[in-house]
Amino acid sequence: MAGFDEQEYTKSFDIRIWKRLFPFLRNRKLDFAGMFLFNGVCALVDVIIPLFQRYAIRNFIETDQLAGFLPYGLCYLVVIIAQSLSVVAFTRNSMSIEMNMGKEMRRDLFTHLQTMSFSFYNVTPVGYLLTRVMSDTTKIASMIGWDMTDILWALFYVSGTFAAMLLLNWRLALVVILIVPVIALLTGYFQNRILHWNRKVRKLNSRITGAFNEGITGAKTSKTLVIEDQNSESFRQLTGSMYEAGIRAARLNAVYIPLVLFFSTAAVAIVLLRGGYMVGEQVLEIATLSTFLTYAVGIFEPIQMTAANIAEFISMQASIERVTDLLDRQPDITDRPEVVEKYGDVFYPKRENWEPLRGEIEFRDVTFRYPDGGENVLSHFSLHIPAGTTVAIVGETGAGKSTLINLACRFFEPTEGQILIDGRDYRERSQLWLHSNIGYVLQNPHLFSGTVRENIRYGRLDATEEEIQAAARAVSADTVVEKLERGFDSDVGEGGDRLSTGEKQLISFARAVLADPRIFVLDEATSSIDTQTEQLIQQAIDHLLKNRTSFLIAHRLSTIRKADLILVVKDGKVVEQGRHLELLKKGGYYHDLYSRQFAEENAARVLK
Amino acid sequence: MEPVFKMSRQEKTAMILRYLHRCKRYFAAGLVCACLSMILNAVTPQIIRITVDSILGAAETSETPSSTLLSAQSALQRIGGWLGKEDWGSLLSPAALRANAVSALWMAACAVLAVAVLRGFCSYGQRMYLAKGSEAFVKGIRDDLYNHIQRLSFAWHTAHSTGDMIQRCTSDVDIIRRFVCNQLMEVVRTVFLIVLYLSIMFSMNVKLSLVALAFIPVVGISSGVFYRRISSRFKLADEAEGALTTCAQENLTGVRVVRAFGRERYEVERFNEKNEAFSRLWIRLGKLLSVYWASGTLLTCLQVMTIILVGTWETVHGGMTLGEFLAFVTYNEALTWPVRALGRVLSDMSKAGVSMDRVGYILRAPEEEDDPQAQEMPQAGDIVFNHVSFGYEGQPVLRDVSFTIPQGSTFAILGATGSGKSTMVHLLTRLYDLKEGEGSITLGGVDIRHLRRAQLRRRIGLVLQEPFLFSRTIRENIAATHPQASEADLRHAAAVACVDEAITEFADGYETLVGERGVTLSGGQKQRVAIARTLLSGAPVMVFDDSLSAVDAQTDAKIRQALKKNLKGITTILISHRVTTLMQADRILVLDGGRVADIGTHSQLIARPGIYKEIYDIQMSSDDRRWLDGETEGTAQKGGER
Repeated sequence: MAGFDEQEYTKSFDIRIWKRLFPFLRNRKLDFAGMFLFNGVCALVDVIIPLFQRYAIRNFIETDQLAGFLPYGLCYLVVIIAQSLSVVAFTRNSMSIEMNMGKEMRRDLFTHLQTMSFSFYNVTPVGYLLTRVMSDTTKIASMIGWDMTDILWALFYVSGTFAAMLLLNWRLALVVILIVPVIALLTGYFQNRILHWNRKVRKLNSRITGAFNEGITGAKTSKTLVIEDQNSESFRQLTGSMYEAGIRAARLNAVYIPLVLFFSTAAVAIVLLRGGYMVGEQVLEIATLSTFLTYAVGIFEPIQMTAANIAEFISMQASIERVTDLLDRQPDITDRPEVVEKYGDVFYPKRENWEPLRGEIEFRDVTFRYPDGGENVLSHFSLHIPAGTTVAIVGETGAGKSTLINLACRFFEPTEGQILIDGRDYRERSQLWLHSNIGYVLQNPHLFSGTVRENIRYGRLDATEEEIQAAARAVSADTVVEKLERGFDSDVGEGGDRLSTGEKQLISFARAVLADPRIFVLDEATSSIDTQTEQLIQQAIDHLLKNRTSFLIAHRLSTIRKADLILVVKDGKVVEQGRHLELLKKGGYYHDLYSRQFAEENAARVLK
Repeated sequence: MEPVFKMSRQEKTAMILRYLHRCKRYFAAGLVCACLSMILNAVTPQIIRITVDSILGAAETSETPSSTLLSAQSALQRIGGWLGKEDWGSLLSPAALRANAVSALWMAACAVLAVAVLRGFCSYGQRMYLAKGSEAFVKGIRDDLYNHIQRLSFAWHTAHSTGDMIQRCTSDVDIIRRFVCNQLMEVVRTVFLIVLYLSIMFSMNVKLSLVALAFIPVVGISSGVFYRRISSRFKLADEAEGALTTCAQENLTGVRVVRAFGRERYEVERFNEKNEAFSRLWIRLGKLLSVYWASGTLLTCLQVMTIILVGTWETVHGGMTLGEFLAFVTYNEALTWPVRALGRVLSDMSKAGVSMDRVGYILRAPEEEDDPQAQEMPQAGDIVFNHVSFGYEGQPVLRDVSFTIPQGSTFAILGATGSGKSTMVHLLTRLYDLKEGEGSITLGGVDIRHLRRAQLRRRIGLVLQEPFLFSRTIRENIAATHPQASEADLRHAAAVACVDEAITEFADGYETLVGERGVTLSGGQKQRVAIARTLLSGAPVMVFDDSLSAVDAQTDAKIRQALKKNLKGITTILISHRVTTLMQADRILVLDGGRVADIGTHSQLIARPGIYKEIYDIQMSSDDRRWLDGETEGTAQKGGER
């Protein structure tokens, strides 16, 4: 997993990757046209302004008269107003391109992620996905919107300037053009190195943020372990490498920029020498020489900036690749076309065609291995679960208790064999049909930021206020809600972090009750909840189990004892199944597992 | 609550100066280089001016050479004097220049290049020194902040939100750095530039200079005002982005919930709504930005235009030469951008004050301090709570709690969440201190308030319920308390905590990176690594604050067995609400609402009605006990074998 964020694409330029952007560009034709046009106008004005100066020297200063001064001034004014208006226009075009493109890419990625299977989420860290959805799309969009503007303007400006110079005096123009490849070479040499060190600085920066995070969240631990000095020392090492990297990046710039400046000044010197000579020979006017000097001073910064921009622009390929890779990733579990035809897809379900679900589940000769693992976790496993059965799954930590649930919920599909729900292979119906009938409560329940009410309503979006309150009451979540400052309107915080685990659990129960699922899955919490709350939770579970087919990943004896069927899992395989007392009498693995918990107590009793 | 704290201007200055102290030489050298580079920059237009006026003869009519030419002449005379070429000065006389146009042109071109070389060195020096100063400055603040935060009291930590503190240590520090290293330097440079260029311009033409001067406040202020207006919009857009990110993040973390409720469509709609809002805000902001940029461009161009127009007028009317006109236009253009930036920088600088308050707030919080007359750590001894009453912010948590933990015994504390169990641990490790009149805690007869915190904490090995692992390797995490520990000791500690096996199963074994950049451990694994870490410290007192809660019952039992074997002679304090975890302790204390409800052995406590028995009954309902009674013999043998 560590590989995910470090992954870097170093492939050379590949047009196929860039072509993938077309669908997002297609709708922005007008904006692109505007971008071309207005940047063109802008650059044109930038080329023309030195010519105004030339005109002033030729027609007024050298002739020592001011005839036509007013129209000249007005012309000048019109030109700069035109430029300002173009700036307004292309800024809006760029912003529109950036925002709309970013929006569409984010939308597509997000929508696509909703269809991905659990096998994908199990191996992909959330941080990785979030960076794709937010940062990469933003980077691409802003590059297309703004860097392209910069590059366009510079291209127009540089070619316009060269054209003007060539027209004014081609021999002198060639002198200036001579310097261009030098600047280009310099930029090529330095740019990659600068990018490299900048990236390093950014990485170190995020490590420093991480270190602060750790220093603050781990303060209690650091204190009790008395390792403050140790921590400070390793932090100083980190900021030390930041210092070094910062200096390295600065040194590259400190060499590069004066070098570019030197060469552009060299161009000025040559123009001065050559041009001055030509003025002496009477083949060049002083006015034209001064224009050349202005051009020579002004042209190299855009060239250098463009080189940097283009390098940066090409480095965007990695972002495009990451985004399109994600969009290309196909979900492992899909509904067949005829199923989609009848039942609809996740986004447009055809609920009218949905059969009601009773909750009878049958594993028929199921063989299963995880997509990323080579070994069969289940082989030729068969099990019939009548509707309304409570199935408890027990086993040691890491024994693979969730496999059966993942299969039953179609988060994974059997490698061989079938799983039937209400007597029909569940692949004959849509995933959404099944999922809409499942209530799932996790060990560490996940809430969404928003109010308590919104979180409960997540179970059924059209629930009325009464139904929400009734659901809360049914699982005794109302007592918890009452204690909150603003009752059902209390904000639960990001991910529900303003509530305790117990409170979150009760609210997630209420959410499940509201959904009124036919199949209920509970991954029981092992973490500490005080005894009183735990009792409330137990009652809530009892309520939820009633009349539903349920799967419990159980850690508590009280829960296990209530089960109609216990599946005992060891090393990923179901080794025993039956009811509590039956299994105990059998004296097998379950008996062992169960009695171990009380071994010490028994021993103590005997010793007494 | 966001702590609001304001420092006076003097305090802020003092804070900045303290951190500048170590790197002031860099900044001074950087500024000197910057000024030299600007002076050199001002030379080139003068060379061009001389070239145009005197070499190319545009100013043939004026026989009196300009002041610049005269000073250049005398400078060259002096340099020539040093080199023994007394006649160098005469090379620059108007007559000589015009007579020897070609060599004079060479001289001008070489002068331009020479200036460029010198300026390159200055520019290099400027960048390097300022970078060094800036990096050293920010390193100083960061190191201090980190070190300081480590030493702030635990009470302080609980009172402040992590996110806010991190923001202060990162974004606010960056703002201060930008303020000092970029903005202040920028202001100094720009002011120098304005003064330098304007004085040159004034020496050339007063009337034209006044026009240029008039534009400076207009350009600067309008840019500043506009910038400030836009910044508030930026904030809104940032908030919208935050909401969008949260939405995506919650969806991805809660993907199981989304699927289980079949809420994909709902989620997409919610996301699109926020996505839409975010883009709309930015597009609207873009409209404002476009006006801002365009008006800036317009003003700048207007200034340039005005100077050209008035300059032309002046030149035609004989107020200045063509060379002067060209030089003037160049200086003017060189002024416009820095002036625009200055307006933005000045209005941006006000942000730094707030950031200084926010960082200063942390730096001024008092660190934990030990009693100056701290006593020596007693070798060993009983832990005694003497009529301890304690509360947070007026909310009493512990009420008159007294008990003794004999050295080497196992002591258990049972209580509901919020009954004050963890507070007792906090007090014992002096994460909080008892005040006068709140009773006392003694270790070997010495009041722990008279002990050095570090020594006391080294004596008490504490495993927390939600242990914190550092994002280092597992080995480094376990060895944190005892970096010199041998491999065997390390493995042994891990084995006792029942985590050795799990660790060796990782591809990188003990070198596996934990946390953000590495493997995510399960709650149970984390707890076990934390136990190993504390075990390795070899502390004579061990406190397990509900530290096996995320481990399943079997592993829990295994660990307790192993601990029992390995903690002989060590005072062990177990805190839990699992009766099975506690019942073997030598003594069990039952806490209820901050009071000692009962104290005794397991058999004593289940023999009488009370909370303990009640909890015991809940945790092991009657039919299990019946079953256990019936099966006692068989299991007892098993127990005996161990």
